[in-house]
Amino acid sequence: MTTIIKAEGLHKRYRLGSLLRKVSINALDNVNLAVESDEPVIVSVVGESGSGKTTLAKVILRLVDPSAGRAVVYDTVVAGEGKKADPAAFLRTVQPIFQNPFEAFSNYRTVDSYLSDTARRVSRLEGAEATQAIDEALAAVGLKYQDVKGKYPNQFSGGELQRVSIARALIPRPSIIIADEPVSMIDASLRMNIVNLFLRLKQEYRTSFLYITHDLATAYYISDYIAVMYRGSIVEFGRARQVLARPQHPYTQLLLDSIPSTTQKWERRSFVASDIETKEFQLTGCKFANRCPLAQEICSQQRPEPRRQEDGRDVYCHFV
Amino acid sequence: MIKLNNIVATYTTTRGQVNAVDGVSLEIPKGIILGIAGESGCGKSTLMKVIYGDIGYPLALSSGGVDYGFTDAKGRPVTSATIREQWFRRISYIPQSSMSSMNPVVRIREQFVDFQGSGLNKAKVLDEVRAYVKQLDLPPEVIDAYPHQLSGGMRQRVMVAMATFFQPELILADEPTTALDVVVQKGILLLLMELQERMKNTIIFVSHDMGVHYQITHKMLIMYAAKAVEYGDSEAIFRAPLHPYTRMLIRSLPTIGDTQTREGVAGRPPSLWENLQGCRFAARCPLATELCRTREPAFVEHRPGQFAACHYAGEQPATSEQPVASEAAV
Repeated sequence: MTTIIKAEGLHKRYRLGSLLRKVSINALDNVNLAVESDEPVIVSVVGESGSGKTTLAKVILRLVDPSAGRAVVYDTVVAGEGKKADPAAFLRTVQPIFQNPFEAFSNYRTVDSYLSDTARRVSRLEGAEATQAIDEALAAVGLKYQDVKGKYPNQFSGGELQRVSIARALIPRPSIIIADEPVSMIDASLRMNIVNLFLRLKQEYRTSFLYITHDLATAYYISDYIAVMYRGSIVEFGRARQVLARPQHPYTQLLLDSIPSTTQKWERRSFVASDIETKEFQLTGCKFANRCPLAQEICSQQRPEPRRQEDGRDVYCHFV
Repeated sequence: MIKLNNIVATYTTTRGQVNAVDGVSLEIPKGIILGIAGESGCGKSTLMKVIYGDIGYPLALSSGGVDYGFTDAKGRPVTSATIREQWFRRISYIPQSSMSSMNPVVRIREQFVDFQGSGLNKAKVLDEVRAYVKQLDLPPEVIDAYPHQLSGGMRQRVMVAMATFFQPELILADEPTTALDVVVQKGILLLLMELQERMKNTIIFVSHDMGVHYQITHKMLIMYAAKAVEYGDSEAIFRAPLHPYTRMLIRSLPTIGDTQTREGVAGRPPSLWENLQGCRFAARCPLATELCRTREPAFVEHRPGQFAACHYAGEQPATSEQPVASEAAV
């Protein structure tokens, strides 16, 4: 079996503040997860802002170095201790898609120049071969070369431009695409077209995805595995449908309970959400303890170890 | 009753003029939460600007106006021409980005007193502000803080507090929770609903999230390409939408626990710069016929209290079991 994606004791510490009053934020605090499979998979990482999900993506994309631990993608160490430093080979395995396609492409360059750059530099293709690779990638996302040739980013809608950035990522035929909030800038009415495209690419191109999102509904819709993060730590990890259908961790339950669904109205009790983010990053016990309805003394003193459940999921809670 | 009379709002640009809102007429009963939904560029934010009276170059009101249904201090009915005088006292606005709406170098309490006007007893107003903030479950210290010292959710609660402090008749909220996490969003939405029930005022709430509309609104307006396409009770709209666009908006969202395939709405809205004929949704509509492409449907009442602009309002698409959209067309 291939290790599609694996994080071993990943830490990332950011230092904030002045020389005299330093604060450190554990953006990633001992993150462990592993997905092994022979088939391509879609792994979702969900959580609120400040949960560390984007930092996790950046570590895997080698955009930031972890403070400790390592990350493995398709049996290769890509970050941390023992990483293989071959940028071109790395980019042929791992490709990114970012949140805002209008920021991903420069306004002063035609978008097709990005496609030919990727074909030349990453896939080492020239001339007709490069054109063919670009054509194929564009066809996979439902676009034609004529549609994009010579055009600048402002000549596309957000949905179209995001398709172009997916096509760019597909040119080297990567094993896995890291997609950081790829649909959050796209209108709700068009969002599902992109999400369905991921499902199709997984089947036809056998591409795996690491799908970073705060949208639990689309995560449920497309993913095989899901990791729920809170303040730099994973709180629940397992098969997506099982985790979201029957959440075990109180935080996963709170998240699910907060989604405005179109089928069931909220119970009307008011509550105040936590406002002590920086403190929570530094807690030694369970980071959710301050907000948790089940919290006992042990929760604020001791970090919960993952507890393996019958269905194979890991839940980081003293009381599951 | 707030009446929108055939509102046409026009932006002047170097390319010429374009109508971002093109003939919207609506009667909004008092004391409800009205939701406005639609894609980017459908005119929902421009309509909010018109209702708020925040009109100035390059935006102009080319035709129509708003009757607010209340009178000013001299007993004259308030209209689009005079609504600015009522800002904050009778009508207020909760913006999407609280960070860019507050003065970053002034403490929140100063910003609270600011719109009071000069000559009033500051200390007394501040006491009232403190009491009010406490009612909203906010720690009283927040008003002594600078905006950047608060989290996004806390700042948005302060914006809600500012917008509701004078108990205005009408509160406009333009995507007030879009930038927030779901847990924080729920807290703010519940707070808004509770305040609305207590004060019995009218809230007009813009969001692209149909789930939010389902949770909090009493009535809904769906806009498409500068036009109103459906209006009615939210319950009825979610149960039995009349317009195919509304139906596709509701259906396009996945829900947890439901594994059936979902399709987005194919294609994109027409450019408002073009000379538009017939129904503006026709190019993306599974029901569209020659009639739709040539004659614009009127915005009329099809069921009691439920309006739609569609020649085939309420009819199910023939291919309802089939996915109607093709992916390639985004």
